[in-house]
Amino acid sequence: MTDIAFVRSEIEKAQPAPRSQTGLVAWLRKNLFASVSDTILTIIAVLFLLWIVPALYGFLIGRAVPPGGTVEQCRVENVGACWAYIASEIEFFIYGFYPMAEYWRPNIVFAMLALIGLPLLWPSAPFKVVNAILFFVVFPIASVILLSGGMFGLRYVPTEQWGGLLVTLIISVVGISLSLPLGILLALGRQSKLPIIKTLCICFIELIRAVPLITILFMASIMLPLFMPQGTTVDKLVRALVGVTLFASAYMAEVVRGGMQAIGRGQYEAAAALGLGYWQRMGFIVLPQALKHVIPGIVGNFISLLKDTSLVYIVGMKDLLEAVKTKNDAIEWASPTQSVTGYIFAAAVFWVLCFSISRYSRYWERRLNTGHKR
Amino acid sequence: MSDVSPVVVERDINTAKMQVSTTEVAVEIIGMNKWFGDFHVLRDIDLKVMKGERIVIAGPSGSGKSTLIRCINRLEEHQKGQVIVNGVELTSDLKRVDEVRREVGMVFQHFNLFPHLTILQNLTLAPIWVRGVPKAQAEETAMMYLERVRIPEQAAKFPGQLSGGQQQRVAIARSLCMSPKIMLFDEPTSALDPEMVKEVLEVMISLAEEGMTMLCVTHEMGFARQVANRVIFMDQGQIIEQNEPEAFFSNPQHERTKLFLSQILH
Repeated sequence: MTDIAFVRSEIEKAQPAPRSQTGLVAWLRKNLFASVSDTILTIIAVLFLLWIVPALYGFLIGRAVPPGGTVEQCRVENVGACWAYIASEIEFFIYGFYPMAEYWRPNIVFAMLALIGLPLLWPSAPFKVVNAILFFVVFPIASVILLSGGMFGLRYVPTEQWGGLLVTLIISVVGISLSLPLGILLALGRQSKLPIIKTLCICFIELIRAVPLITILFMASIMLPLFMPQGTTVDKLVRALVGVTLFASAYMAEVVRGGMQAIGRGQYEAAAALGLGYWQRMGFIVLPQALKHVIPGIVGNFISLLKDTSLVYIVGMKDLLEAVKTKNDAIEWASPTQSVTGYIFAAAVFWVLCFSISRYSRYWERRLNTGHKR
Repeated sequence: MSDVSPVVVERDINTAKMQVSTTEVAVEIIGMNKWFGDFHVLRDIDLKVMKGERIVIAGPSGSGKSTLIRCINRLEEHQKGQVIVNGVELTSDLKRVDEVRREVGMVFQHFNLFPHLTILQNLTLAPIWVRGVPKAQAEETAMMYLERVRIPEQAAKFPGQLSGGQQQRVAIARSLCMSPKIMLFDEPTSALDPEMVKEVLEVMISLAEEGMTMLCVTHEMGFARQVANRVIFMDQGQIIEQNEPEAFFSNPQHERTKLFLSQILH
């Protein structure tokens, strides 16, 4: 009997891990050369990098024509990217056909976006309420006045002349700022107990989701005027904005609804039992938790919205990509790598914007993780 | 059977304030029926709860006891009959529902604390937004109740960082912050580890000692014996038997009650 009885007399001291488990060699062995197949994959990956990196370097930097170069340099055989072309057309890529003498107006709008928008994204920046009012009320009004003019002695610039990054940013920022609240309202409506509201929301969401964005933009720009009373026109940019926003909000609604379904019935009941009203229950209890669950989905929608803005060329808007496409045909920069360089530039701008959004969302995910910490 | 249900606290209950009013009615349920679809879950419930009563509702699972107390703050709607809480009859009128919920606290089996808010925020949310209490005052009250349930040091933590027993005590404190006239307990200790049951029951006993009107769905027969002034036994959506705890446990009348008690008390 006594041979199964055991009483520990002293507690073992913690010891350092064996040398073979730490350090560079151990890391390499564990991560790159753990088995034969791992080793083969590592070698293939290294060979691939050895092939692609010098090639990319040669095209993008080594054989490339730097900004300030001439078109003749871009026309030599086996030339790399023609950055000189981008540099000379950069203003068109940013402003489109916006009159050159008025560039200061979009510039102020860009500056306002940075000075008002960025602090709003930064949680510890002070004066959140003032900041939000500035961004959601003052900034849009000021931007419309500045960009379109026609008052306060500013020259009128019709939206047909707006273009490039300016249009891409306008549609993205407006779409992102409006589609989330609209999507939340649609998601709440779809969950509503009131049959009329519920039916309307379901019809809207399912209709919009079942139709491609291109079709919606077409309808907005070609069909809509047919239904409107004669003589009334809705601005092209506004139509594109409405189309993109409604489209994104339908998708957003389903993402938000998904998040709401992850919230247990107990949360709704506890909130109700405390006497909180419908909007308080949703605003304080359900939505904060639901939205947190679906940050990756929401941000995915933001990113695809930003990229979808390039579809507004359908209705004749010259967004960044369309501006690049236009100049890619420009005869004065005709060279072997002209359009490739243009597309690389456009892709790089989109990548920077989307990647920033993506990183920012990771930051929020980590920041909001406190609630479920055990 | 009188000596088989364990005591919760090894002390005398202070009955000084535990007076049942003979005139003031807290809850009155008249001929209430409820169906889930075709399933007749509550059948002709008649129940009158006086102010200051401590009622324990027992019964097998599926007997409708949780549904019954959930009808009192209208987490469930009844389809027939009347439910009158603090003189307000519950109808589909949302204003009345809110009016009743403000005065009726509820504690759930699974605590249902708000995981994204700190303990203190859990306690102050409803007083601030439903009662319009200034934030500083709401926090003061909240800390007072946290002292009372003996976990003031947890105020800044999130629910997920607390043990089950602590979470349930926070949930009780959260209800108390609304200064309710009636407290409903829906199996408050069923989801707890055995060693945490007692700390929650002690809080409930101290609440009873202050004269709170309480309706508790629970399997804690020791609590029923020590605290309740009435035990209600339900089965198949009906009230089968009700009596004072002493008589209920020592001399059950109905066959179903006898069977139930023989199974839970050994």
